[in-house]
Amino acid sequence: MAMIEMKNVGKWYGTFQVLTDCSTRVEKGEVIVVCGPSGSGKSTLIKCVNGLEPFQQGEVIINGISVGDPKTDLPKLRARVGMVFQHFELFPHMSITENLSIAQVKVLGRGKDEARERGLKLLDRVGLRAQADKFPGQLSGGQQQRVAIARALSMDPICMLFDEPTSALDPEMINEVLDVMVELAQEGMTMMVVTHEMGFARKVAHRVVFMDQGRIVEDDKKEAFFGSPRSERAQQFLSKILHH
Amino acid sequence: MLTLDFAFLTPQVLSSYVLKGFVFSLQLTAIAMLGGIALGTVLALMRLSSKPWLTLPAAAYVNTMRSIPLVMVILWFFLLIPLAIGRPLGAEMSAIITFTLFEAAYYSEIMRAGIQSIPRGQVAAGYALGMRYGQTMGLVVLPQAFRNMLPVLLTQTIILFQDTSLVYAIGAYDLLKGFEIAGKNFNRPVETYLVAAVLYFVISFSLSMLVRRLQQRIAIIR
Repeated sequence: MAMIEMKNVGKWYGTFQVLTDCSTRVEKGEVIVVCGPSGSGKSTLIKCVNGLEPFQQGEVIINGISVGDPKTDLPKLRARVGMVFQHFELFPHMSITENLSIAQVKVLGRGKDEARERGLKLLDRVGLRAQADKFPGQLSGGQQQRVAIARALSMDPICMLFDEPTSALDPEMINEVLDVMVELAQEGMTMMVVTHEMGFARKVAHRVVFMDQGRIVEDDKKEAFFGSPRSERAQQFLSKILHH
Repeated sequence: MLTLDFAFLTPQVLSSYVLKGFVFSLQLTAIAMLGGIALGTVLALMRLSSKPWLTLPAAAYVNTMRSIPLVMVILWFFLLIPLAIGRPLGAEMSAIITFTLFEAAYYSEIMRAGIQSIPRGQVAAGYALGMRYGQTMGLVVLPQAFRNMLPVLLTQTIILFQDTSLVYAIGAYDLLKGFEIAGKNFNRPVETYLVAAVLYFVISFSLSMLVRRLQQRIAIIR
């Protein structure tokens, strides 16, 4: 059974179709990178995975549970699916420690001390233990994103979704975030990553999904994708982002 | 030529005539503020919902309240409720309920703006962590909205405090009423109204000073 399975997902905003017939799967322990030109529906696609965006057609199944089924307890499912956003979305009115423990306490029902302990351990892991008592606004973008990854990990997720985790960062901060993600991938975390960081894709991705105009145009093993993408659109895209 | 004489306003006179009304005005302000913000927050959440059966009644309520002069709401509530429940409510209780219901409409517009000032990504982050609607609002959105809107909420409360003098319409014993009666009894209405005006000014002005300092402090945190 795949960890994430998307079958013929279709989504409309009014009469405008943003996703057409999108199917792909992510096996347990697999890392897939989703890329494509802006407006191609990558972010919408990844938000359909945990039901943050509703879709009108098709099916998304996480670990055997259907996301689109009205009977599914979505909050309960989302609690086990980590998500990292382009703009970090740490809670600015809470300290870093509170950011890390709030959902553990309120959603998973862990004790405060246990949650704090677990949060600090994860902060250590992303190299930010010293910032524990600061507020998000006092941290750099790269630091905030590392905290956001730690926050998602604090819920012991069965898989992680990344929605352009580095595109809002200054260039010199991108690597500190990617390093954490590479480490996570090497530990065997199941990851679906929307990104333009082809270096990251080459290093850890198992497969690359290329999207254009709301469709999955290419879904290949990494070697095949970077070796010789079949679609002209993907070739153009790669030549644009790789040669400069 | 008018000569002013404040000698009759001794502490005894003030405490026997004015104190009771002063306490009531403060009580009315505090209760209507807390109740109004609570009810107003619920109304704001209703108006921002995607369900028409929540949006429409809330919008109708807010628009109605904001389109009728407060003094008429006070009067009508005072006159109609006894007919509806079969017994008189008392001017003070009637005033407290009316002000809470009326101010809720204004506070709800403030809270609505406050909630809309929070980026949608914050809501997504709450949901993505497995929080339910109530948790996302209560833990993530409302605390931030409330902090952003604190100066505006307090400014509305200053207006509310001044508006409490409108309970004269139903004869409730508030700060102004205390001065009015003292003025009549001592035949010194000009003096008592003058002192009342100064007192309203001092309280309202110091509150708005407080708001300004708060604004600066909030600006530093962010």
